[in-house]
Amino acid sequence: MIEHTLLHISGITKRFPGVLANDRVGFSIAPGEIHALVGENGAGKSTLVKIIYGVMHPDAGEMHFGGAPYAPARPSEARAHGVGMVFQHFSLFESLSVAENVALGMNKEAVGENLDQQIIEVSESYGLPLDPTRLIGSLSVGERQRVEIVRCLLQNPRLLIMDEPTSVLTPQEVEILFKTLRQLSSEGCSILYISHKLDEIRVLCDRATVLRGGKVVGECDPTRETARSIAEMMIGGALELPEPQKPDLGEERLTVTGLSKESDDPFGVNLDKISFAVRAGEILGVAGVAGNGQVELMEVLIGEVLSDNDTIKIDGMAVGHTNPTQRRERGMCSVPEERLGHGAVPDMSLWENTILSARSHKGMENNGILDLGVAQGFGREIVDEFDVKAAGIASVASSLSGGNLQKFIVGREILQTPTILIILQPTWGVDAAAAADIHRSLQDLAKGGAAILVISQDLDELMLISTNFAVISEGKLSDPLPTGSISIEEIGLLMGGVHSSAGKEVA
Amino acid sequence: MYRLEPRKEISYLLLYLTPVFAIVLTILAGLVLFTLIGKPPLQAISIIFFEPLGDLYAVSEMLVKATPLILIAIGLSFGFRAGVWNIGAEGQFVAGAIAGGSVALGLYEVEGFWVLPLMCLAGILGGMAWAAIPAFLRTRFNANEILVSLMLTYVAILILSLLVHGPLMDPDGMNFPESRIFHDAAVVPILIEGTRAHVGFLAALVAVAAAWFVLSRHIFGFQTKVMGSSPRAARFGGFIENKIIWKCLMLSGGLAGLAGLIETAGPVGQLVPSLPVGYGFTAIIVVFLGRLNPVGILLAGFVMALTYIGGETAQIELNLPKAVTGVFQGMFLFFLLGIDVFTKYRLRHIKPSKTVAGE
Repeated sequence: MIEHTLLHISGITKRFPGVLANDRVGFSIAPGEIHALVGENGAGKSTLVKIIYGVMHPDAGEMHFGGAPYAPARPSEARAHGVGMVFQHFSLFESLSVAENVALGMNKEAVGENLDQQIIEVSESYGLPLDPTRLIGSLSVGERQRVEIVRCLLQNPRLLIMDEPTSVLTPQEVEILFKTLRQLSSEGCSILYISHKLDEIRVLCDRATVLRGGKVVGECDPTRETARSIAEMMIGGALELPEPQKPDLGEERLTVTGLSKESDDPFGVNLDKISFAVRAGEILGVAGVAGNGQVELMEVLIGEVLSDNDTIKIDGMAVGHTNPTQRRERGMCSVPEERLGHGAVPDMSLWENTILSARSHKGMENNGILDLGVAQGFGREIVDEFDVKAAGIASVASSLSGGNLQKFIVGREILQTPTILIILQPTWGVDAAAAADIHRSLQDLAKGGAAILVISQDLDELMLISTNFAVISEGKLSDPLPTGSISIEEIGLLMGGVHSSAGKEVA
Repeated sequence: MYRLEPRKEISYLLLYLTPVFAIVLTILAGLVLFTLIGKPPLQAISIIFFEPLGDLYAVSEMLVKATPLILIAIGLSFGFRAGVWNIGAEGQFVAGAIAGGSVALGLYEVEGFWVLPLMCLAGILGGMAWAAIPAFLRTRFNANEILVSLMLTYVAILILSLLVHGPLMDPDGMNFPESRIFHDAAVVPILIEGTRAHVGFLAALVAVAAAWFVLSRHIFGFQTKVMGSSPRAARFGGFIENKIIWKCLMLSGGLAGLAGLIETAGPVGQLVPSLPVGYGFTAIIVVFLGRLNPVGILLAGFVMALTYIGGETAQIELNLPKAVTGVFQGMFLFFLLGIDVFTKYRLRHIKPSKTVAGE
C-alpha cells in the first residue's frame, strides 16, 4: 500500500434484492484529508459508509486501512481500528447523563478510569464544551451532536465519518463544527463527510467523490467547483433551480392566535402564545434549531393534539377542536418530519399508504368501504409525478431510501391540491435535483392560491422559497418578516434564542 | 459462531410455512414425550392427530369444537392486529352464555322462531358488556387491558357458578347446580343429522367471510393495521386511538359472547358451571397459528379442535391424563412463536475475523 493513504477501498459491491447499492466502488482517503461523499438519494452513500463502519458487509471488494487489509465484522471492530462515526440520527438515551451515554457507545477497553475528566478535556480542546453530568434530555440538538462527536474523539480516531452533521445546527454552530473538523484534520485525522449541502462541501472539503446509481462517476476538488457543477455531476444532467417568487397575497387562510399548549412529553417543548397568519399564495418559512417546538406546533396545527377552539382558524372557521380528518376535509394537508412511523406506515405498501391521508380527498372511502383501485391509481400517479424510485406501488414504505420515501409523502400531500399545506423538513435527506422539484411544486401550489407553512432547519431552503420568514425558539415564534429583510446572522441569533431584542431591532 | 441478524424484508414464505413447521415440531416433540413416559409413541401420535380424521363422528365433533374457537379467534384477531390485547375472551364467553341463557330460561316453554335470535343478541350484548369494563378502564384511566380482561374471566366464571347454584337452578333438578335444559325453540338446530354438529358452525363461517372483507376492504381493518404497526401514523391519519380500542374490544367481546351462547344453547343445552373449558384461551393460540388471517384462523381452528378430540381419545385408549390436550396446545404456541423469530431474523454464521489478528 502507498504510504500516504489511510483508507483505500476498491471494487466494493453490495447487492440488495432488486438493487445494486454499490457497484465496484473505489476511492482512497489520505491522512488528514477531509473527503466529501456526495450523490443523489439512493446513490449508495449510506450503504458505503455502513460497510466502512462494519454495520454491513460487502459482497465483493477490498478495503485497506493504514496499509493492512480491513474487513470489520461489526462496528466495535471498526472502532478498534480507529474508525468513528457520527450518525444523522443520534443514538442517545435521554434519561442518562452525558458521561453514561459516552461510556455506552465505546468499546469496553477504551473507557478510561476518569471518564468525566476526559470528556471535559477533550471537549474543551476541540471547542465543543460539554458537562458530563447533564442529562441528554436537557441538551439541545446541537449539544447532543457534540456528545456523539466527543464519544468518537475519546477513542483517538484516525478516520471520522460524519453523516449530514449540519442539518440540525444553527449557522453559528456550523461554524464551530467546521473549526473542530479543521483542527482534527490538521492533527492528521481524516474525515469522510456526507452532506447534501454542496456549499458547505466547497468550503470544508479537500476532495469529493461523486456517486450515482451505486457507481463512482467522478472525483473533484470541490474548492474549484460550483455547487451547481457538483450537483450536475451527481445527477448527470442539467439542474433547474427554482426562481424566487414575489406573489400577490390573498385572504388569510390559516390564522393562529395566542396558541399555547403544554407538552405531554417531559422532554417536549411547550408552545407559548404563538400567533401568525398565512395568506393565500404565501409561503411562510419557520426556521429554528430542532427541538424548539416545531414538532409540537405541527401536531397542534394538523389536529393530532387539540387546542382551544378559537386559536386555530381555517378560512375563518375555528378548528382547534377538530380532528385531522376534519381538518383535511377543510383543505389542510401536512407532511410530518418523521417519514417512517408517522408520515407513512413502514410495513405497508405505497398504495396502502395513500389511504392514510388521501382517502377523503381522493374518494377512496365510501361509508367505510375502501376503493382499492383508486388508492392504487393514486399511488401510481405519485410515483410517476414525483419520480419515486421504487420497485412498484406494492413495495413496502420501509424498503425505500429516505429521500425517495420523502418524495412519495410530499407527492401524496401536494397532489391532493390542498388549500393549506403544513410541511416539516420538506427536503431533509433529499438530493439537489429532487429538492429543486419539491421546491418548485411548493411554489406552484402557492401560486394556485394555497397557503403554505414550511418548517425547516435548512436556512438556505427557507431563504430560497419563502415569502415571509419567522423563527421558532423554545416554543415562541418571532414576528414574521418579509424574507430578504433579515440577514443570516440575525436569524442565527434568533435561532439561538436571543429573542425579543433581536426581533425588534430587525423590525 | 452464529448470531441472529434482522432480515431486510420479512420472509413471506416462512410466514405462511411457520404453522406447518410448528405442527411438525409439535408431533416430533410429542414422540419424544411419549417415549419418555413409556407409551407407544407412534400409536399415541396417530390417535391424537390422525385417527379423528377418518371417522364421521370425530369430524362432526371437530366442527363442534372448532365453532367457538373460530368465532372467538376472529374477534380477537382485530384487536391483536391493533395492539389491543384482550386476553379475557373466556370471561366474555361465559358472560354471553349467562346473558343468552337467562333469556332462554326466562322464556321457558315459549315457542317462536324469534327466541333463538333474541338469545343470540343477548349473548352478544353480554359479551360486549363484559369487554366494556376493560375498554372503559383502558381508555379512561390507561389501565392495562391484559390484566383487567384476564381477571374478569374468573369473576364471570364465579358469577355463573353463583347463578346456577341459586336463581337459575333447575327447580326439578334435585339440587344439582344446573339450570333447566333449554326447550326446543331455544336450542341451536343440528347441522348433520345424528351428530352434535350444529348450525353455529355456519355463523363461524359467516364471521370468517365478514372478517376477510373488513380486513381487506373496510376502513376499520385498515385502522387496526395502522394502529398496530405505528400508532403515530394512526394519529396522523386521523384515527382516534380510543375509538379503535373500543371497537376492537366490543367486536371481540361480542363474538366471544355469541360463541358462549351457541355453546350453551347447542352441545351443552343448559347452563352448567363446567361450561367454560378454555375455548377463550385456546382461541388466542388459534389467532396466532392462523397468522391473524381469517382463512388461517379457520384452518387453525380445525387443528386445535383436533387436539381436543385427540386428547380425549388418548385419555380413553391410552389412559393418559387430561392434561395431554393442554400440553399439545402449549407446544404448538411455543414452537410457533419460536419459529416466528426466523420470519424477521435469520441465523448467520459469523467467521472469526482475520483482520484483527493481522493488525
